[in-house]
Amino acid sequence: MPDAIDGNGGRDHGVLAVDMRGVGKSFGASPILRGFDLAIERGSFVALLGASGSGKSTVLRILLGLEDIDSGSVLVAPNRTVVFQDARLVRNLDVSANVLIGQKRTAAARQVAVRALHEVGLSHRLHAWPHTLSGGEAQRVALARALVREPQLLLLDEPFAALDALTRIRMQQLVAELCDRHQPAVLLVTHDVDEALLLADRVVILREGALALDRPVPLGRPRNRNAPGFAALRQELLQILGVNDDVGAGPQAPAIRGAAE
Amino acid sequence: MAEQASSSLPPAGFPRGAVIPAALVVLWAALTETGLWHGPLVVSPSQVLAVPFLDASGREIWAGVGASLLRLAAGTAIGAAAGLAAGLFVGMSRRGGLALSPTLHTLRQIALFAWIPLLTSWFGNGEATKLCFVAISTFFPLFLATEQGLRTVPATLREVAGVLHLSRRRTITALLLPAALPSIGVGVQIALISAWIGTVGAEYAIGNGRGLGSYIASARDQFRMDIVIVGVAVLAAVGAGLHYLSRAAIARLTPWNSPRSSA
Ligand SMILES: Nc1ncnc2c1ncn2[C@@H]1O[C@H](COP(=O)(O)OP(=O)(O)OP(=O)(O)O)[C@@H](O)[C@H]1O
Ligand SMILES: [Mg+2]
Repeated sequence: MPDAIDGNGGRDHGVLAVDMRGVGKSFGASPILRGFDLAIERGSFVALLGASGSGKSTVLRILLGLEDIDSGSVLVAPNRTVVFQDARLVRNLDVSANVLIGQKRTAAARQVAVRALHEVGLSHRLHAWPHTLSGGEAQRVALARALVREPQLLLLDEPFAALDALTRIRMQQLVAELCDRHQPAVLLVTHDVDEALLLADRVVILREGALALDRPVPLGRPRNRNAPGFAALRQELLQILGVNDDVGAGPQAPAIRGAAE
Repeated sequence: MAEQASSSLPPAGFPRGAVIPAALVVLWAALTETGLWHGPLVVSPSQVLAVPFLDASGREIWAGVGASLLRLAAGTAIGAAAGLAAGLFVGMSRRGGLALSPTLHTLRQIALFAWIPLLTSWFGNGEATKLCFVAISTFFPLFLATEQGLRTVPATLREVAGVLHLSRRRTITALLLPAALPSIGVGVQIALISAWIGTVGAEYAIGNGRGLGSYIASARDQFRMDIVIVGVAVLAAVGAGLHYLSRAAIARLTPWNSPRSSA
């Protein structure tokens, strides 16, 4: 279990929702994180990029208390929730019961759930069974379930990766809107450079166990892909990720390692 | 949709599954009423149909079925409560599971009817032995289904409990139990059939007192084939009825468990 940030850790954490310092983590013989540092201010939206297998989900699971660390220190806001890539709904509870799970069953709580489901556009599916939902609807229920807990820290592990491109765009807009309204700190794990640039205040890239980049996104809001500077930032990130974006450019540099070093 | 409905519930109207039994009865009637098939143990359908209403010993069927159903209900209640409790305990508490599970899994290897000599030597030939036997025949299917249901709750769902800070009690009531319910439902169905076989089997083997089993046993001793056939037919009909009733009840109780939920 990581320490709660409101405990008396000795450092000044008044403005931080996440403070990871020098975190080391290996699975068996293979080190995944080596001296990993990450700080996230309250209310700030950080996108975490990195190649598949680089350890992004591991960072999230450490913050959730689902993985132990080998070395370093982790402080994290106690009130945190998560949306995984799969919605992980309880299939024998209806939509509103899934949102309310573990909460006191008061009229007030029920109202909060109804409002959250309204916010994610699912007012009409309050009593639907999870198996009758589409993938995007199920993810929106998971998002509502996370939001009713009024988290100080919202962790998102590729929540849109399994959705079709159009639904994904709508979900991105929804997340931007909701985060703007509720102001949690957000750590979004994604493979999608565009998604990171559309949503985040800051983009960080995980490579070989540590941050290879930590860069603010100096774009105004609301954002779109045609904003001046968007394309240049996108190119920069792709280069650090070792991806050549041009279709038909021939064999690529070996992923991640070669480029930009 | 229509296909799924018809495959999960018995269709209305004359079911296709009744064609073969009906044909056999017609054949049986044709052979016996014409006298082509005869002998001391051969009876005709009309003789059999008269048994529950006109025959002095045959009329005992009603009281017998009543007694058996009562015995089934009492024994099942005891066995089901115990099986559910043991399944919950073994499925949820790792330490409890390690202590209790080997014993139960060894006992369950004992063939059901091998319990009868043991039980009669402990409790005699009376009601206690029969009830205990019915309870045992319910206990194991329900214990196994409950334990299995809890063990197979996906780890990803268990993580949700931790991530949402559910208390231990809420994790059990809101997450684990509902997730295990479909498996428990199947267990109830199997347990009911097993308990019905156990009820009639115990009555038949022990032979005294009222009940469908002793009804069949005494008819056999008197070479009354017509009464035996009535008894066996009622035995099958009640078993089938229990099966359909429990299946319908479980389908109602688990509305989320429809075909699309396989995803
Ligand atoms: N429980 C575990 N046991 C052993 N190895 C693990 C375990 N969990 C993760 N790993 C390994 O740790 C590495 C990082 O995994 P992680 O899931 O954090 O990657 P990721 O960056 O989220 O990848 P992706 O983008 O594909 O989701 C992988 O090589 C993975 O195989
Ligand atoms: Mg991952």
